[in-house]
Amino acid sequence: MILPLIWAALIAFAVLAYVLLDGFDLGIGILFVAEDRDEDRDVMVNSIAPVWDGNETWLVLGGGGLFAVFPLAYAVVMPALYPTIIGMLLALIFRGVAFEFRFRAITRRGRYWWDFAFCSGSILAALCQGLALGGLLQGVRVENRHYAGGWFDWLTAFTILCGIALVFGYALQGATWLIWRTEGRLQRRCRRYAGYLGVILLALIVIVSLWTPMLNPRFTDRWFSWPNILITSPVPILVALVALRFWNGLRRREEASPFLCAQAWFVLCYAGLGISLFPLMVPPSITIWDAAAPFESQIFLLIGAAILIPIILSYTAYSYWVFRGKVHPGVHYH
Amino acid sequence: MDIGSTAILLARAQFAFTIGFHIILPAFSIGLANYLMVLEGLWLLTGRQVYMDVFQYWLKIFAVGFAMGVVSGLVMSYQFGTNWGAFADKAGPIVGPLMGYEVLTAFFLEAGFLGIMLFGRHRVGPYLHFAATCFVAIGTLISAFWILSANSWMQTPTGYKTSLDGRFLPDSWLHIIFNPSFPFRWVHMVIAAFLSVAFLVGAVGAYHLLRDRQNQAARTMFSMAMWMAAFVAPIQILAGDFHGLNTLEHQPAKVAALEGDWHAEPGQRLILLGWPNMGTEKTDFEVSIPHLGALILTHTWNGEIKGLADFPRDQRPPSPPIFVAFRVMVLLGVLMAAIGIAGLWKRYRGRLYYSNWLLRCMVIMGPAGFMALLSGWVVTEVGRQPYTVYGMLRTEESVSPIGLPGVATSLVAFAIVYFIVFGAGFFFLLRLMRHMPIVGEGGPPQGVPVRSAGLTPLPSLHPDPRHPTEPRPAE
Ligand code: HDD
Ligand code: HEM
Ligand code: HEM
Repeated sequence: MILPLIWAALIAFAVLAYVLLDGFDLGIGILFVAEDRDEDRDVMVNSIAPVWDGNETWLVLGGGGLFAVFPLAYAVVMPALYPTIIGMLLALIFRGVAFEFRFRAITRRGRYWWDFAFCSGSILAALCQGLALGGLLQGVRVENRHYAGGWFDWLTAFTILCGIALVFGYALQGATWLIWRTEGRLQRRCRRYAGYLGVILLALIVIVSLWTPMLNPRFTDRWFSWPNILITSPVPILVALVALRFWNGLRRREEASPFLCAQAWFVLCYAGLGISLFPLMVPPSITIWDAAAPFESQIFLLIGAAILIPIILSYTAYSYWVFRGKVHPGVHYH
Repeated sequence: MDIGSTAILLARAQFAFTIGFHIILPAFSIGLANYLMVLEGLWLLTGRQVYMDVFQYWLKIFAVGFAMGVVSGLVMSYQFGTNWGAFADKAGPIVGPLMGYEVLTAFFLEAGFLGIMLFGRHRVGPYLHFAATCFVAIGTLISAFWILSANSWMQTPTGYKTSLDGRFLPDSWLHIIFNPSFPFRWVHMVIAAFLSVAFLVGAVGAYHLLRDRQNQAARTMFSMAMWMAAFVAPIQILAGDFHGLNTLEHQPAKVAALEGDWHAEPGQRLILLGWPNMGTEKTDFEVSIPHLGALILTHTWNGEIKGLADFPRDQRPPSPPIFVAFRVMVLLGVLMAAIGIAGLWKRYRGRLYYSNWLLRCMVIMGPAGFMALLSGWVVTEVGRQPYTVYGMLRTEESVSPIGLPGVATSLVAFAIVYFIVFGAGFFFLLRLMRHMPIVGEGGPPQGVPVRSAGLTPLPSLHPDPRHPTEPRPAE
């Protein structure tokens, strides 16, 4: 019975990797709202052009992995969150092709439209991911291995809040990534954005964290009962400590630490999610074990994953290494 | 028709539409990545500038096509859950891990080295860069391996047992992966991708040769494509024949549908043209050659095969689309081989670059490979109907409980987005291909600020200002 647990951890890892990596890609798209000079936009896009495809592949692994090793969860969650998933996919289409198309448009007008597609695609994708996350957290009605809820179950005040939180969270990741990878005026402006975005995100984290336990008595119990609270209380404390480090880093004009702090926030929130959900896969009723594919399927893919994921991580790291350093305007990084 | 079956029809239309778009782009990526690998290898080996020029020329095009392939593929990996939830639940334990392996072995490999391949020329040495190109190319082949294994398992399922609640459970992974139709499908599909790109490259070469006979890069493209047409197109016909024989063994109803045969007869005739009529159970307006069908399918003069009427009505695939698509594919395959032979003749006469009609034919045949490829998939997938897992799981038992409004809305949304995005993409691709290859061709976009509109294409020896010849070294 250990196998489904391992797989749950691996899928969770894939989704976390996606959020941490594609998060700043989407964040850069979101920051197009504030940055409208061609030169700055080029630098922003060039800072992620060589790596975005690899980052998005973690999403394919998350979805594909769910299909492979937790088919029931996949079969129930996708119809339940149908509009958010379709919305996300359509948004990612615009975002993805805009990387290439914006350099291909000859006219200023054409370029403007693909920049718009890049920006709105990023915002919509982030929003849909947040809605989907909220929709999952608040629970999915299942009967007889099928989704049995309504059309708009995923649309509530709580899910909208999650969506907005993710948009701001990704924007913060994007801003801090740019602090790290750029210099000059763009970097200075990103420091300013990061300051505002940090405040907003922290507020949203607090609200969502207080709201989540109210969704389901299980969650409340998990967080606040004795002795659980011994394990759970470090999470908010760490969030606060990271916040201190974050503002210190911004004030002292450090380059990498704001980005790392933003990532740490995401990791902590994600850990919080895990604490609430475990061992459920699809609240309120489907556990990790209910959803698991048969042993033969899980072990077959696990062998490959155990060998391949370390290799993948190392060549991904190599690719980041090749493209390290500051991105300068005009000089293509490309 | 009740609401439920309309919803199924729309879900099928949505899948067919999205995969129809997707399949074109990976085929493009598979063929082009391997072509780029060959070009860069030749350049390293011979040091001739023209190979680098052709490489850079197609690398720009590859970058645009690949981005489209990725986003259209992302859609596919979620469609099994959104629209085919019951299928995902029942066949997920088998099809899922195969696609999981595709992600782990292929997608990451492609995505991980794509950045270096496109933009890393001046950051890593030429040999490391070549290695990156090879990884991307090999990645596309591995990708095709797994996805075709998954698809072939749905066509000819083996190596599984069924659980009490109707799920498929893996029994022998070896039998699942190497199911009976898989080797044929993989070979036929990979060759199809190579041929499709060869004809595209040849068409672009021919187009520019018609304007400038001396353009070295265009000559190289055209010549390489003509070698492919001469030798690989006939191989593809052979591979198709083997594939068909394999299908006859495992899915006789599909073969009956694509032949338009309704009843078994000794010395089966080959129907060339006609219109299969599902109602009256015969093929209207038929033009046929006696005994030829027997000769092709059984390799005997008097052989016979089962006709569509020999199968219960509820197990028959809809014949007309299959019948038509099959003829389109075969006709195009034969034309491709014919062009290849004509090219050999012209080459022998030393007039390869000077034959106007051959160049024009090649331009017209540019999209032929992709059309044949799509037709082939229509034969395969529609021919599998009314099942998703052949003989085991019917299509109407595979869908998600999504209501008609939901499916209809998302189908419309997909249609609009695809036409805008991929329409623009194909426009950009065409524009890139219209640009005459030059000496010292630049790589993917250099991030230069956009210039004003209305640049006219410049003569072949002048660098195009939109793509500065040499990327400035980074840092
Ligand atoms: C450039 C593309 C191309 C060309 C020229 C051909 N094909 Fe093809 N064909 C394909 C591309 C393709 C494909 C897209 O790759 C398919 C779809 C599924 C598959 O495995 O290959 C296919 C499927 C397919 C099938 C269906 C197999 C099944 O569903 O079980 C048959 C019987 C043939 N082909 C036979 C032929 C013959 C006799 C050809 C001779 C001219 C031919 N094909 C040319
Ligand atoms: C014969 C059928 C198929 C072949 C040969 C094939 C091959 C490929 C290849 C070579 C790529 C990478 C190149 C590119 O993005 O252009 C790709 C991308 C992708 N394909 Fe397909 N595919 C097929 C069908 C499918 C199907 C049915 C699915 C859905 C389950 C799918 C899912 C994907 C995904 C998710 C990507 C994006 C991966 C990335 O991020 O790099 N493909 N496919
Ligand atoms: C792993 C690969 C693939 C899987 C698992 C797969 C699965 C499916 C499923 C579940 C359906 C819907 C049910 C149905 O209507 O048959 C379908 C239909 C269809 N697929 Fe595939 N498919 C795959 C590859 C492809 C590829 C590469 C193409 C290329 C164009 C394709 C073309 C179609 C078409 C045209 C239909 C509609 C058939 C109809 O409505 O009658 N499929 N496939």
